[in-house]
Amino acid sequence: MPIQVLMPALSPTMEKGNLAKWLKKEGETIKSGDVIAEIETDKATMEVEATDEGTLGKILIAEGTADVPVNTPIATILVDGESAADLAKAPAPAAKAAESAPPAAAKAEAPAPKAAPAPQAVAEPDPEVPAGTEMITQTIREALRDAMAEEMRRDPDVFVMGEEVAEYQGAYKVTQGLLQEFGARRVIDTPITEHGFAGVGVGAAMTGLKPVVEFMTFNFAMQAIDQIINSAAKTLYMSGGQMGCSIVFRGPNGAAARVAAQHSQDYSSWYSNVPGLKVVAPFSAADYKGLLKAAIRDPNPVIFLENEVLYGHTGEVPKLDDFIVPIGKARIVRSGSHVSIISWSNGMTYALKAADELAKEGIEAEVIDLRTLRPMDTETIINSVKKTGRAVTVEEGWAQSGVGAEIAARIMENAFDYLDAPVARVSGKDVPMPYAANLEKLALPSAAEVVEAAKAVCYR
Amino acid sequence: MAAPKKAAASAEHDKINGGSPPEFTREQELKALRDMLLIRRFEEKAGQLYGMGAIGGFCHLYIGQEAVVVGMQMALKQGDQVITGYRDHGHMLATGMDANGVMAELTGRRGGYSKGKGGSMHMFSKEKHFYGGHGIVGAQVSLGTGLAFANNYRSNGNVSVAYFGDGAANQGQVYESFNMAELWKLPVIYVIENNRYAMGTSVSRASAQQDFSKRGASFNIPGKQVDGMDVRAVKAAGDEAAAWCRAGKGPFILEMQTYRYRGHSMSDPAKYRTREEVEKVRHDQDPIEQVRNRLLAAKVSEADLKAIDAEVRDIVNASADFAQHDPEPDAAELWTDVYR
Repeated sequence: MPIQVLMPALSPTMEKGNLAKWLKKEGETIKSGDVIAEIETDKATMEVEATDEGTLGKILIAEGTADVPVNTPIATILVDGESAADLAKAPAPAAKAAESAPPAAAKAEAPAPKAAPAPQAVAEPDPEVPAGTEMITQTIREALRDAMAEEMRRDPDVFVMGEEVAEYQGAYKVTQGLLQEFGARRVIDTPITEHGFAGVGVGAAMTGLKPVVEFMTFNFAMQAIDQIINSAAKTLYMSGGQMGCSIVFRGPNGAAARVAAQHSQDYSSWYSNVPGLKVVAPFSAADYKGLLKAAIRDPNPVIFLENEVLYGHTGEVPKLDDFIVPIGKARIVRSGSHVSIISWSNGMTYALKAADELAKEGIEAEVIDLRTLRPMDTETIINSVKKTGRAVTVEEGWAQSGVGAEIAARIMENAFDYLDAPVARVSGKDVPMPYAANLEKLALPSAAEVVEAAKAVCYR
Repeated sequence: MAAPKKAAASAEHDKINGGSPPEFTREQELKALRDMLLIRRFEEKAGQLYGMGAIGGFCHLYIGQEAVVVGMQMALKQGDQVITGYRDHGHMLATGMDANGVMAELTGRRGGYSKGKGGSMHMFSKEKHFYGGHGIVGAQVSLGTGLAFANNYRSNGNVSVAYFGDGAANQGQVYESFNMAELWKLPVIYVIENNRYAMGTSVSRASAQQDFSKRGASFNIPGKQVDGMDVRAVKAAGDEAAAWCRAGKGPFILEMQTYRYRGHSMSDPAKYRTREEVEKVRHDQDPIEQVRNRLLAAKVSEADLKAIDAEVRDIVNASADFAQHDPEPDAAELWTDVYR
């Protein structure tokens, strides 16, 4: 029976890719290990190797096709004397044709939301965007790149440094094209030495330069956290206001998909604990762009927490010459009167999904995207809770000493008399992130847990 | 317990520099004497004020090591940056920072360089290009490399000097910095002040490679051992290193062989070395006495030297007076300078 070749995934978070090129023609003989096609995403390119011997029967996805979902059959291979006539037969069940393709089941279990970019779910207009502004659709990855490029054009003191930011075009392709536009003086590949290059960035910032330091992920920034906190965050105070540093530390934070304990930690609460730092963790593409521009201009050290799962998501970004979203302002993305759901970054995925579910059961949730964790927009939270009398926090990080705990404390301090139920927290489970797909899913929050928590505080 | 490694200073020159360092002019000798004396008297006064309870927390005195910062400063030019660790009072005075402001910071007063919010280990002066004053051992090495990065980025011809001790020289980020500095040819002079003890741990008990000038060898960074008790040798080495950096050749390492007479901080058990060891260095190698003796040999009058003593004492006494009478910071200062 003909074997199907499936669209492989290049990374745990890849959902679709382009079929760039076929290297074999229909009818050509194929040996195991032959490169039969090239696929690409906005992050990477890869060769597809045959794992079976036979003849390339039929090409199902033409060369140049964009956005082919992972696991889509892209060709069939005829084996053991099969002929084109056999193509009509039912295909072999989910044959694993490409080495790199993970089992279909694993992809299905991945915790990432599969499509539905955030802004579509947004009900409330963005106060930062003037009515009638033309919007362009772009990925969060592109929004981040544009933010850096615009700020680098505007200010020659802005430069980008980090591992693989230049020639490789960014480990997650966030810095794509920056080297070509700005050159090696301003887009700097570093050795794999987070502690050292964080210190170099802070030292440069003390002289007035404005570094954007990319950590390949914030997991690796633990090696650099002394420079971030002891040098970057405290110097302005320790110098009596004489010397501070304008610097952005950015990179993906929190769980990606199937990368296990050491690569999946959420540092939101760690950095938000520190006076002297500002901490930003956006969700929508527009906020990613507007807040990164604000962070680069901010005279203080800013921790800019991104999310790898969201990089490929698209959203509407205002087409403005200089679109800035102010740091320190939350946004009500969906209004409601029964319960306030407060989240940020990828937590918003669960929050918004839950709000949709709750609406079907007659519970109107107000969903707040904090966007900035420090300084925290307490006022927006409190005003919402005064209206709804109920609150649920949603975070991917651990609950103990988490941001949700902080939000709950602020609600208690400022709106205790308005509460009709104790604040509920939905968080990552109190375990290191497991690798197994089913366990990983259990370790992360889910929309169902948010629904459950919201119902509980509504006594439903 | 490490025995003193050194014989008389003059013999040390021969070993390290292949001969005596270039002579100073009379003006240079007088300036070196005055600047080193200022540091010594300032530190003695700080020690007294600490004993009186006027200075709190940690207080790491620089007495014995004065020739290092004074000699290096003589090799620098306007705009060159200096950064160091926690034993930083001498570095600040050498860059020309005001003794009143430094002493008032030690006493936690509003007239201190950091308005009383930094203390002994955390002072800065943008005007004098002094970038701290850092309490985390080794952090200043990466930061100082960043200062050099900025000089390179701006092509301004300046060099940065990152001072650290024999203890900090074992920190990991030092080598991360060495690698980047040589890779990118950054104009940074790494001055390793080897005073033989990291707190109470002697170099021989902590360091596999005790020749610190070789610590950059695997990165191809040139290094030199220098008699850090002879201000002329320090300046000559500083000149050579600065010229190397300014020529775009990258970083340079100077191991300054020096000695701290006082304890690590104020409460030092003094059990890790003998009194005789300290006395011998003081007697044979004291950096200030070396200059004073040369000046006397060159027929500078006792009266002229006494005038320098008097000027320095006046500055130090005035700083102590200021630091004890200046008000503490206003309570509102608690909340300022967190963000700008």
